[in-house]
Amino acid sequence: MPITRVQAEQFDPGAELNRFTEAQSDMGAIVSFSGIVRDVTGGLSSLEIEHYPGMTERAISAIVDEAAARWSLGDALVIHRYGPIAVGAPIMMVATSAPHRVDAFAAAEFLMDYLKSRAPFWKKEITREGAAWVAAKDADEDALKRW
Amino acid sequence: MKLDVLYFAWLRERIGLGREQIETDAATVADLVAELRAREDRYDLAFSDMASVRVAIDQDLTTLDASLEGAREVAFFPPMTGG
Repeated sequence: MPITRVQAEQFDPGAELNRFTEAQSDMGAIVSFSGIVRDVTGGLSSLEIEHYPGMTERAISAIVDEAAARWSLGDALVIHRYGPIAVGAPIMMVATSAPHRVDAFAAAEFLMDYLKSRAPFWKKEITREGAAWVAAKDADEDALKRW
Repeated sequence: MKLDVLYFAWLRERIGLGREQIETDAATVADLVAELRAREDRYDLAFSDMASVRVAIDQDLTTLDASLEGAREVAFFPPMTGG
């Protein structure tokens, strides 16, 4: 059963991945991705993530269902945080398990591409100069076309 | 009809609230936007560039020409930046 969690609390991607791995049986491949808050400009104090409670969970479930329909998956895990997140802390992670690595890799990439542009989260960067909403990139929208 | 209208991210900030209930006869999302823009400057400003506004009806993404028939909740927000 896929697990999706939308939470304010910090999480430990390593511990989550271990738990996910232990729960699998007969799966030859596990792929995981963690997204970390990065200080690109040198002035970032933290990231603030807003989301749309209710729709967020619905959208993530639909994306996970779509991945399960496209690839031979054993299981999937999606964790995404909201609220204030410190530089260096994990924002989100996905993990997929499959009999073979090709499906696990493809499904994890698909989940990431769709979570970026189709799950209702909005990032705001808090710097010493003030706060600014992160603009969506055309490249992120373009990334959906390959699926 | 009564509609719950939700705003997120910079739309919420520009309009100054995250949720309101409105009474409207708008047939489509575009009609609703036109009605809101005519209300006050802050709405007019928030909806001045519709290319950067996305909309969901009852928590499903949709388009500006979508019908509001049977809708209970309409949400406006900028392109999503998750992940």
